[in-house]
Amino acid sequence: MIAPIASVMFLGLVLGLILGYAAKVFHVEGDALVEELIELMPGTNCGQCSFPGCSGAANAIARGEASVDCCPGGGRALAEAIAAKMGVSLGAGGKADSGPKLAQVAEHLCIGCARCFKVCPTDAVIGAAKQIHGVLHGACTGCGSCEKECPTGAIGLEPVPLTLRDWNWTKPALAG
Amino acid sequence: MSAQGMILQTVASPHARAGESVSVVMLKVVATLVPATVYGFWLFGSPAFWLWLITIAAALVGEAVCLRWAGRDPLPLLKDGSALLTGWLLALSLPPWAPWWIGVVGGLFATTLGKQVFGGLGNNLFNPAMIARIALLVSFPVQMTYWVVPAGAPGLFDGLLITLGQMPVPDAMSSATLLGHAKTDLARGVDLLHTELPGHAFNWVGARVGSLGETSTWLIAAGGVALLAMRIITWHVPVAMLAAIAIPAAIGHAADPARYIDWTTHLMSGGAMLGAFFIATDYVTSPSTRAGQVVFGLGCGLLTWVIRTYGGYPEGVAFAVLLMNALTPAIDRLIKPRVYGRTFGGKPAPLQKGKSK
Amino acid sequence: MGLRELLNGVRWGVHPHDDHKRPAADVPLRVMPLPERLCVPLLQHVGAPALPVVAVGERVLRGQLIAAAQGSVSAPVHAPSSGVISAIGEVTAPHPSGLPFAAITIALDGKDEAGDALAPHADPFSLSPAEVSQRIADAGIVGLGGATFPSAPKAQLGLKLAVHTLIINGGECEPYLSSDDSLMRVRADEVIDGVRILMHATGATKALVGIEDNKPEATAAMRRAAEGFAAIEIRPVPARYPMGSDRQLVQVLTGKEVPSGARTASIGVLVNNVSTCAAIHRAVRAGEPLYRRIVTVNGGAVAQPGNVLAPIGVLIEDLLAFVGLKEAPARLVMGGPMMGIALPHAQVPTVKGCGGILALTANEITDVAPSACIRCGSCVKACPMGLLPLELSAHIQAGEYDKAEAKGLDDCLACGCCAYVCPSHVPLVQSFYHAKGEVWKRAQQKKRTEFTKGLAQARTARLEREARERAEAAARRKAERAAQQAAAAASANTAGGASA
Repeated sequence: MIAPIASVMFLGLVLGLILGYAAKVFHVEGDALVEELIELMPGTNCGQCSFPGCSGAANAIARGEASVDCCPGGGRALAEAIAAKMGVSLGAGGKADSGPKLAQVAEHLCIGCARCFKVCPTDAVIGAAKQIHGVLHGACTGCGSCEKECPTGAIGLEPVPLTLRDWNWTKPALAG
Repeated sequence: MSAQGMILQTVASPHARAGESVSVVMLKVVATLVPATVYGFWLFGSPAFWLWLITIAAALVGEAVCLRWAGRDPLPLLKDGSALLTGWLLALSLPPWAPWWIGVVGGLFATTLGKQVFGGLGNNLFNPAMIARIALLVSFPVQMTYWVVPAGAPGLFDGLLITLGQMPVPDAMSSATLLGHAKTDLARGVDLLHTELPGHAFNWVGARVGSLGETSTWLIAAGGVALLAMRIITWHVPVAMLAAIAIPAAIGHAADPARYIDWTTHLMSGGAMLGAFFIATDYVTSPSTRAGQVVFGLGCGLLTWVIRTYGGYPEGVAFAVLLMNALTPAIDRLIKPRVYGRTFGGKPAPLQKGKSK
Repeated sequence: MGLRELLNGVRWGVHPHDDHKRPAADVPLRVMPLPERLCVPLLQHVGAPALPVVAVGERVLRGQLIAAAQGSVSAPVHAPSSGVISAIGEVTAPHPSGLPFAAITIALDGKDEAGDALAPHADPFSLSPAEVSQRIADAGIVGLGGATFPSAPKAQLGLKLAVHTLIINGGECEPYLSSDDSLMRVRADEVIDGVRILMHATGATKALVGIEDNKPEATAAMRRAAEGFAAIEIRPVPARYPMGSDRQLVQVLTGKEVPSGARTASIGVLVNNVSTCAAIHRAVRAGEPLYRRIVTVNGGAVAQPGNVLAPIGVLIEDLLAFVGLKEAPARLVMGGPMMGIALPHAQVPTVKGCGGILALTANEITDVAPSACIRCGSCVKACPMGLLPLELSAHIQAGEYDKAEAKGLDDCLACGCCAYVCPSHVPLVQSFYHAKGEVWKRAQQKKRTEFTKGLAQARTARLEREARERAEAAARRKAERAAQQAAAAASANTAGGASA
């Protein structure tokens, strides 16, 4: 009677020790996921996701408080990458589904107030006070911060026209 | 005729197709089975025909019901011929005078649990016909080993009564297959040199005890050769499988003829030919590369011989094929063709300049 | 493996039962009469688009430069005939999307007045390789087999990497097409001379001309033309698609494989098309820029199929009007049926790389809805690169682009063998195109993200610096003010003290 009890206890002890040791050695930093997500984010801290900066959004996504497609700047590609990292499937629709958009200045409306380029997180808006502004498309993330600042509605997000370079075949639909 | 104002649909290349389709492939396979099947009907009479018909009908019904449940239109998918082929192959592996419900249960099992639960054509892991045969063999061992001698083929109506179980089969007609005899005798301690086989146990033209696919071995082999000629199958699986049965059998027989059956008998008996040409070559459940198919065929053959020789069942083709089916994903993972310009490991091949600078 | 593969040792690819090359290939070459207008695209090659050097309303002559090369990998564009520039703008591109691209439209005057030729040279072998390359570049020559890589930078690369063998591609393995065949039959001397010039430009000592064995007339003509040039060898190769793919042709002719991701020049060979060689001959010897080429017009809907010498930039509808249509085509294809591009309509110009226009009937294209993959492995046996198309497709369907990449998506030639043989009609090539585009898009997005991240960090740093500087300035001012106040107080104290 004693022997089996002892052996089971011994076994439990050894396994417990192994588990405890493994838990210590293979401990994953709680922030590892957040770090990976921050790495994926645009890093512009534009705030359009309504979280304090990209790290704030990454934390919220990691905690499950924000949707994976909350970042307007990252677009569908970022949403898919985050969804893959989080192991969730990205549904159709949502913010990220409307295709890429970049800021565009309507020259006849711009009064050169210089408010937009003060808020641009990537310095993509160029110009000076009393000068018509322009947007460097290569630097614009399409976050939309400038749109909210503009007093005349001259700057706004416009869909990027599809070019031969960007066009792609759709994924073919297969039978069953 | 002018090309002005034309708006055309654009699709990705290629704009030509080889013309084969799944249903054409399946129908060609079925066509190569016809001579062997008809010969079987002639040998065993109308009960074999009725069982064949019932089995195929059950397989088709099973497929149709599952497709309907899955919310798909069954008709176009039934036309691909895969359920027909499954039912046909199963019928060829059954005892020809088995009762009707064997065909019904087997046919339904094959297409529902053997195929549709996995997601339908192309997704099943195991050969549907063989999984149904094994399910029947394990569940109804008596009916599945009740073989008759090919004599006195009854008429069409009498045959139907036999299949429906309304007419008893005379005891004198029942017998065991050659492999069954051998296994029983060895188990009784009678060695193969002293076993007394009944006259109908083996016969070169096929007038012997067995399933439709076992008796008409030559016609099955001819059908297999036709498949090879039509390029529906390649030599890899059948040659590997038959060789892996024949070579160990020949070695064993040479070492101890009293214990091991010779290789010709092995190849001519049971489901060896049907298995090698029609069962193991099933596209869905066999590896997709040439090398993988050779490994698969060798495995099927060797396992068949091992099960026949050392196992509890006299016949092992179905078990062997199912076991190798289970290994197919692993084979496909491990055995891949070398990509052009890459090493076998998949790394870009090292640069070898023809001439130094 | 069938008997044919056993005999010729080629295990990959497909062999269409009817290659539809004849009778079109046997019809004598026709010269297309000048149409009313031409739309000459600016981007007809791999690299940067050419920059227009003419203005709307300007009159141009045949062979005149109308758009100059931009950057090292680019090619100039020349006017195919005389006329007035009527527009510089967008026309529909020969692309399945139907999206526009930039082109120069010339309203032809029908006089076909020739401009000044580029500097012709009677003895190109007295020129340095660099000078020959310059002439090739000036003539706007690009790979005419369809790859359209500018020929001059390619030759220079060959020279730099010291290639020893030129592989001349006369495979023309695509069904229906016979433009290279036709060229070799009627202009074999030009091809051989072009090969010699190219050997001079690249420093290669040997040239192997691979011609599929279904073109005996071309092979005979080329053999005659190559007599007396020991360094040029005419080699018939088995007719098997895709023999005209450079990697496959190099393997068959030299027995060597081009490592994955590397150029053929890395193993000491350079592949050029026979039509490119003929164009090089014309450019260097006669100073003729590349403004016309032989185009096969074929397909069941064409009344008089055959090979047509047509100006580059001719609209497909004009070309089809010249050969006539028997019935409305179900599909228009630029290129061959295996890799060609389906065109959205016929108001699309031809480009330098266009060797064929097909007007196919519904019977010829046999579109069938895809059914489930039955894992038959036909695609695996057909793939000339040794890939597993069924697995790649499954990964792509599941959105696992990285896995598809790991299994060799980049090695895929998009040759179409897999989709051609697939009994389930799975649109494999479309899957691969889609996945390649997706992978490219993601890489672009990643680059962009890194770039904007850098910008954002620079901005944050700038804002911090500005804030710091403001704070420092404020502190300084405060300190100054305090000092002033202290000084004032001190002086007041002193004054008070003095007064006290």
